[in-house]
Amino acid sequence: MCGIVGLFLKDKSLEPALGRMLTSMLITMTDRGSDSAGIAIYSNAAEAGVKLTVQSGTPEIDFGGLAEDLKNVLGAEVSVTERDTHAVIEVSSDQVTAARAALAQIRPNVRVLSVGEAIEIYKEVGRPDAVAQRFEVGRMSGSHGIGHTRMATESAVTTMGAHPFSTGPDQCLVHNGSLSNHNSLRRRLRRDGVHIETENDSEVAAAYLTHKMQNGSTLGEALGSSLNDLDGFFTFVVGTKDGFGVLRDPIACKPAVMAETDQYVAFGSEYRALVDLPGIEFARVWEPEPATVYFWIHDTTPVPEDRAA
Amino acid sequence: MTDDPKDGIPQTVPIQSAIFSNAANAEIRRAAATGIYDIRGGGAKRKVPHLDDLLFLGASMSRYPLEGYREKCDTKVTLGTRFAENPIELDIPITIAGMSFGALSGPAKEALGRGATLAGTSTTTGDGGMTEEERVHSHKLVYQYLPSRYGMNPDDLRRADAIEIVVGQGAKPGGGGMLLGQKISDRVAEMRRLPQGIDQRSSCRHPDWTGPDDLEIKILELREITGWRVPIYIKVGGARPYFDTTLAVKAGADVVVMDGMEGGTAATQNVFIEHVGLPLLACIPEAVRALQDMGMHREVQLVVSGGIRSGADVAKALALGADAVSIGTAALIALGDNDPRWETEYNKLGTTAGAYDDWHEGRDPAGITTQDPDLMARLDPVEGGRRLNNYLNVLTLEAQTIARACGKNHVLNLEPEDLCALTMEAAAMAKIPLAGTDWYPGKPDTSY
Amino acid sequence: MKVFDLETEGLRALNAALNEQSVARDHAVWEIVSPKGGHAIAVGLDAPLDVTVRGSTGYYCAGMNKQATVHIAGSAGPGVAENMMSGKVIVDGDASQYAGATGNGGLLVVKGNASSRCGISMKGIDIVVHGNVGHMSAFMAQAGNLVVCGDAGAALGDSLYEARIFVRGTVESLGADCVEKEMRPEHLKILEDLLQRGECDAKPEEFKRYGSARQFYHFNIDNAY
Repeated sequence: MCGIVGLFLKDKSLEPALGRMLTSMLITMTDRGSDSAGIAIYSNAAEAGVKLTVQSGTPEIDFGGLAEDLKNVLGAEVSVTERDTHAVIEVSSDQVTAARAALAQIRPNVRVLSVGEAIEIYKEVGRPDAVAQRFEVGRMSGSHGIGHTRMATESAVTTMGAHPFSTGPDQCLVHNGSLSNHNSLRRRLRRDGVHIETENDSEVAAAYLTHKMQNGSTLGEALGSSLNDLDGFFTFVVGTKDGFGVLRDPIACKPAVMAETDQYVAFGSEYRALVDLPGIEFARVWEPEPATVYFWIHDTTPVPEDRAA
Repeated sequence: MTDDPKDGIPQTVPIQSAIFSNAANAEIRRAAATGIYDIRGGGAKRKVPHLDDLLFLGASMSRYPLEGYREKCDTKVTLGTRFAENPIELDIPITIAGMSFGALSGPAKEALGRGATLAGTSTTTGDGGMTEEERVHSHKLVYQYLPSRYGMNPDDLRRADAIEIVVGQGAKPGGGGMLLGQKISDRVAEMRRLPQGIDQRSSCRHPDWTGPDDLEIKILELREITGWRVPIYIKVGGARPYFDTTLAVKAGADVVVMDGMEGGTAATQNVFIEHVGLPLLACIPEAVRALQDMGMHREVQLVVSGGIRSGADVAKALALGADAVSIGTAALIALGDNDPRWETEYNKLGTTAGAYDDWHEGRDPAGITTQDPDLMARLDPVEGGRRLNNYLNVLTLEAQTIARACGKNHVLNLEPEDLCALTMEAAAMAKIPLAGTDWYPGKPDTSY
Repeated sequence: MKVFDLETEGLRALNAALNEQSVARDHAVWEIVSPKGGHAIAVGLDAPLDVTVRGSTGYYCAGMNKQATVHIAGSAGPGVAENMMSGKVIVDGDASQYAGATGNGGLLVVKGNASSRCGISMKGIDIVVHGNVGHMSAFMAQAGNLVVCGDAGAALGDSLYEARIFVRGTVESLGADCVEKEMRPEHLKILEDLLQRGECDAKPEEFKRYGSARQFYHFNIDNAY
């Protein structure tokens, strides 16, 4: 199964420490799963417009000369920042579609993990401390982020099977639990043209939300209808450009703890993950109610949305 | 009925339907009359691909057998070497599976303990707690930790030789225990903290954890309470044996216990027993493959159960990669369950020896699956213990005979290559080649 | 008094030392500092010790407790006092799910709120919650008493046996076979004693009593759904 952590900073002065804090929280959850780990960090909107975080099994081959090659195809400057097996490609917002097409053409083995103005996703096979180390997550800054460490239940331990899963621009999902109807859902979504790479039940949940939103739902509405369409046990944490959300299934067996102060809202599968956060002794600590969509957005007071079931 | 012409007109011969058989139709009539599902004990009765569909190859020009007596074929097994300070040392690779006091009578539990101790092996408590009889008479006792937590307490936890966390059992993967009012005697009610005479329902999930990530923390708690001294087993019913074994190891188990659908239960819905689960044959290779993929084969031991009857079954399970087997139904039959000597009484109950499975009614003529004092008295625990020991002895000798014929000086040295399969299904499930070939369906790098 | 720093000295050393007290008592009073949300703190105690945990705990604090008094000066994670046999566990803050699960005896006091499945499968334990309890509380509760001074979540007492439930606030919904029952003088007396032992100044008259309708005690097809 898994461990989930999330941190949403209200106090901007903490932003330089986001990566360090999230890494520490994630490592505490190692016992819950150490097959693979991943982090989504939301940081300053890209100067050029949009960031694509990509992954390659052969980074020396795929990332070598990538900026140059992309420039040649797109006819515009791009910047490529390499981090181990991942790279962040910055392009202007009107070039995103072209950039994705170009990548598919000139670097077919490279996978796009996330696209967005703020999001970067890093994930790999291995223990959370090793994964965080290789991407130097501890040095990253940002406004909010989600982390996940995985104990694979039914699908393979691979990079693409790791969480977080992208569900759309600047959006991602992590999951703790086990869905019982993911195979049928996967078939239905694939028939509708949704690309799903792995046999992982969590990826199906992410694809489901993406599909709903592509067809007009807001993220909150998509999460709400997931209570009817997804069967099984789940705690979801989703990241968006401005904030993050939490949803537990109606049975609510999988754990979830939240903490809030003037400086942050934090999520952990266990209280242990929150214990080193500043001011935790005075934080409001609570557990999200089942079947209720919670959302926090920067610059707005957090409000739990209507009970969906 | 024949097709001889009658009045010059040939008759059709009456043909019974395979689907709407007499048994199926009788069940429909029973359901229509009562409005309740059929509950019974035992394991799957339907024919499924089984160890019987495998054969050993034995010795030949290229493999040489061991002589009896002087050329030893060892049978000792140690369970729980991964984390525990005190692993379980067994003289034979056959243990007695979990069966509750409540489902079984006190004397039956005592008989099992006596027999197992004589044979140098372990017994297991069941869904109801540890009885004095069993702890006193069973030299090595595995204490089950179940969703119901009936009778669970730290004192018994600490006097157990191992703890078996039950996630499920082969007869009903996903079901909880069930004990009907007739068997909730004063003593059973007291141990389980239930009103006497009611029908007991057990839950199907543990009350305070769900999922292997939380199970890991539960195992930590149990180890802390018992000072990390004793092995922790995790028992699952055959369902997704590859993933289940992997997750059991990740959660921290010392031993994995895998129970096929042939394994018995005291009582549950007949449809659950017959239509949910996996044949043991399909479970073993997947569980072993999971252990091998993690580099844990023989580090985390695998005990398998469900339909083990003879030393050939024992040897085959070991050859497929198990470290030991566990017997439940067979042990009860050795004690006298379903014995033809009670045939008149079985007939009065509307059944016959070998078919009696209404153990939940508590009217067992053999005195084993009952709480009725008069019936219970029919089983002499000392004699029962002797019979069980005899039976375990025979299982062991038979397994040794086969192992020696395969040239092995330890029964655990039996391996899949000592076997061949008689049917396509068995070959596919066991991943053992069909006799005389090197192929089984699904063999990698073959195009069939 | 013995002070034990969990962070520096470790869980195994703590539980070994506490369990040793059943055999050779060198300290009756213990203070555990830096719990940092750790799991399995002070489990399996079997001596009349007085243990205070200075901070919040993870899962299964005081699991299978016998005789000891364990005071959590913070909140408790899932399964606090699970399978307790005797003694007392007091949680100053909130308790996560499965508080007092399958407890056979003793008293669990939660001064804040308890989460879902409080008292699940309880077998004789007494639980007094000053605040609210979450959904599925007292699920399959066999024996003992659950007192809730606040509100109870959905499906209270689902599949209830002989445990008693007292709730002062609202009940979101009752579980299968759980019904409101008449509060008679003997129940008021029981409740008064529980509230007093539970360090709670609510008045027994303010509570309603819930118990099993006992329709599930014998299999009946109408109940099988």
